[in-house]
Amino acid sequence: MAVIAEPVAKPVSRFHFIFDRRGVFEAVLVAPAILYVLLLVGLPLLLAIYYSLSAYTIYNPTWKFVGLANFEQILQDPTFFDTLRNTFVFTFGSQLLGLVLGKFGAFLLLRPFRGRKIVRALIILPFAVPVALATIAWQWMFDSLYSVINWTLIASGILTREQAPNWLGNPHLAMLCIVIINAWRFFPFAIVIFLAGITAVPQDVIDAATVDGAGFWRRNYQIILPMILPIMAIGLIFGIVFTFTDLSIVFLLTMGGPGGATSVLGFAGFQTGIVSGDVAHGAAISLFMLPVLLVVVVFMLRFIRRREI
Amino acid sequence: MSRFVARSARETGFFLGIAFFVILAAFPFYWMVITAFKQNSDLYNIANTPFWFNEPPTLDHIKYLFSQTLFTRWLLNSLIIGLCVTAITLLTAVPAGYSLARMTSRRGEALGIFIFLTYLVPPTLLFLPLSRIIAELGLQNSMWSLVLVYPTFTIPFCSWLLMGFFKALPVEIEEAAIVDGCSLFGAFIKMAVPLSVPAILTVVIFTFTLTLQEFVYALTFVSSSDQKPITLGVSTDLIRGDVFFWGEIMAGALIAAIPVAIAYNLFLDRFIAGITGGAVK
Amino acid sequence: MAAVLTRNIVKTFADVAAVNGISLNVPDGEFMVLLGPSGCGKTTFLRIICGLEQQTSGDLLIGGNVVNDIPPRARGVAMMFQSYGLYPHYTVRNNIAFPLRTQRVSRDEIKKKVEWASQLLGIDHLLDRRPRQLSGGERQRVALARALVREPTALLLDEPLSNLDAKLRTSARQEIKNFQQRVHLTTIHVTHDQVEAMGMGDRIAVIDHGRVRQVGTPTEIYQNPADLFVATFVGAPPMNIVTRNGGGYLGFRPENLLPRRMIEDDAATEFSFRVDRSEYLGSERIVYGVIDGYESKQPITAKLPPAHVAEDSIRPGEWHEFAVKNSALRHFDSSGRHRTRN
Repeated sequence: MAVIAEPVAKPVSRFHFIFDRRGVFEAVLVAPAILYVLLLVGLPLLLAIYYSLSAYTIYNPTWKFVGLANFEQILQDPTFFDTLRNTFVFTFGSQLLGLVLGKFGAFLLLRPFRGRKIVRALIILPFAVPVALATIAWQWMFDSLYSVINWTLIASGILTREQAPNWLGNPHLAMLCIVIINAWRFFPFAIVIFLAGITAVPQDVIDAATVDGAGFWRRNYQIILPMILPIMAIGLIFGIVFTFTDLSIVFLLTMGGPGGATSVLGFAGFQTGIVSGDVAHGAAISLFMLPVLLVVVVFMLRFIRRREI
Repeated sequence: MSRFVARSARETGFFLGIAFFVILAAFPFYWMVITAFKQNSDLYNIANTPFWFNEPPTLDHIKYLFSQTLFTRWLLNSLIIGLCVTAITLLTAVPAGYSLARMTSRRGEALGIFIFLTYLVPPTLLFLPLSRIIAELGLQNSMWSLVLVYPTFTIPFCSWLLMGFFKALPVEIEEAAIVDGCSLFGAFIKMAVPLSVPAILTVVIFTFTLTLQEFVYALTFVSSSDQKPITLGVSTDLIRGDVFFWGEIMAGALIAAIPVAIAYNLFLDRFIAGITGGAVK
Repeated sequence: MAAVLTRNIVKTFADVAAVNGISLNVPDGEFMVLLGPSGCGKTTFLRIICGLEQQTSGDLLIGGNVVNDIPPRARGVAMMFQSYGLYPHYTVRNNIAFPLRTQRVSRDEIKKKVEWASQLLGIDHLLDRRPRQLSGGERQRVALARALVREPTALLLDEPLSNLDAKLRTSARQEIKNFQQRVHLTTIHVTHDQVEAMGMGDRIAVIDHGRVRQVGTPTEIYQNPADLFVATFVGAPPMNIVTRNGGGYLGFRPENLLPRRMIEDDAATEFSFRVDRSEYLGSERIVYGVIDGYESKQPITAKLPPAHVAEDSIRPGEWHEFAVKNSALRHFDSSGRHRTRN
């Protein structure tokens, strides 16, 4: 058959054919973000690892390689183990407390009632507000002289003025304080995550379980809980990462004190690396976060994969 | 009758529980408000009931904050930082999110997960090398260092968030545009971008709030008072000597916290969808 | 308007061939239907023609020009998508104007053409609405107007009727066909619905597993299927296929399997037919059963005119003498290809 030549729109030079290749186009669009992240996250991460193996200080910026000497010195320091222990107590104490509060809070907020929106908005506040600002509000509430908590305890006759604790002056109480503040900061997040998970469970699954004779507890712990487990895990992973590596609460509230009782990894790294200028040791201290992060990342990957199957 | 009693007991328990959570969550903010408007003589008198004004409320702390401190400067700094970081984030994360959403290969998926995981690398691991990079660039002790560094966490977060939104957008619309004479880039700009304005708005809000919430980098890189963003300024700079002026501090914290709290509440659901990577449908 | 010609088009996704060597010639002004089951590669083939996919190998010619490496926007084809792909943030007017804008047509010209296209399709009263305010039928017309407004080289339709309900579908089918005849536009229509294919196509290309099984007019496809796939894919119920004693297969349409007495022609092949089940569908009666001496994977069906066959004359369990006119028998060799001579 004769094919009639038609004046099809002619390929003109203003068409940049290279950008018409999907692969090229996609790569060009994603490149700036990837480059930014590689240059300012990837590169510094490698640099941090190198610092920890060097003798670099801000007074003597040298690239001299010292192997694992920094790590050996840190591990010989008994206060470092306190720091490590504090970090774990701080992280898991506050996450556990936050999770328990979150579970109960979500349980209450599941029920519709008048003013639920306002209640939810108020309960979100601790997570919404910048942590530094919330921490100084708590600092004021824990004030040695004007603590509103102590005032209430005294006024209600639970304690006398002499018994009133100095919250931030006592090693155990100071740890309790930072755990409470962090739990307080994360429980709204836990509530929201729980709520999002529970509302995502299809009603017909719950109905089917009810018809099959599952009671309240069985429905909760054998149907709903396993179904919201992945999203809860993701929430918890976030909580753990951000708590384990945090320094703002400790920095503002206790400065690691009293007597190093609340020093955590992030704070110790800051003190050594930035304040004292011993970059090499600071980097080495910070790098102790890496194993925990790697474990978390592996979990994260598993959950992301599972979601997509 | 006993059923009625049990029912009202349950109701009471329920509302007591709600009250507990509301007080737990909101009391520190109530405390900020009360402190910010109290006269010093009222504030520092332990004989007074602290929960309410024993003397008339005052605006002195707020006036002081705006006239005698760098508070307005910090607000301005935060605004500038927020705007610049938002611009950088939009310019990089919108195309990246779109590209990741439209990549069909396994490699695209891996790239998306990689970007997201960088969000989990904490500031406390990076601040030492970053402070050196910043010094090399001559940005030490300047708020521009924060403009440079903040996108390291806003870009991954927002790319991931936007990827989810673009995935939900029907491809057919872009394909129709391509057949109708658009280039791939034209279809992205003329179709995908206008149709995801709500998502982009969410990204703007969250970038802004993330920059306002950040503390560690600001603390590490900026030490001159006039370069500090609001969060850092209020929490570290309002202490004269070693005396805390709680009225001013709480007033400053309150003013800085209000916009963030409102923005968060409005966009919370999208934020959760973003943070869980769309695990919630 | 232009002819579309493909030469041995192949498209593989990760080693799986979605399109496995399609050569097709669609002359200028023809309405060609690509018919096949879902996943047969017909949509991929259509997307290659408009440029949304790049073929792995093979040539594509539009209007005599090879357009293999030319991006979609320069090919000048129009496409109507399954759910129309209307631009939700544009009004109907801007939807229709969009293809002209991308070609940098002047403002006055755009205005004139949008008016022309919208009047042609009777949607000039909807111009200021947005797509979500339109009914399914109206959306389809807007999509059609948008496809036509720039006088495309070819119109590609990707199952545009599958989102409509049955009633609307019939009228939409009519509308597209009438329209195509009026403007004499080269059209390639993809569908899995054989009624649509038979009713609309000047010619039909039956596609399976990325290959063209047969190209022909609806009559050719129905009367003389090229192989067993076409024979059983087209027609409802499909052609009866039985194994022949001497090897190969014998095929006959259900409406040609009739009681012996209804066939006056002597040149007929007789079958003993045992009725298992009978369905009355108003205009016809479908009878299911087996025939003696022949093997078949499917139950044998006969489509009987109810006016001529009384209900109680054929009952389940009974054996009857049936026959097929020899001229209506189709022979296939053991590989499933059609044989013209016995």
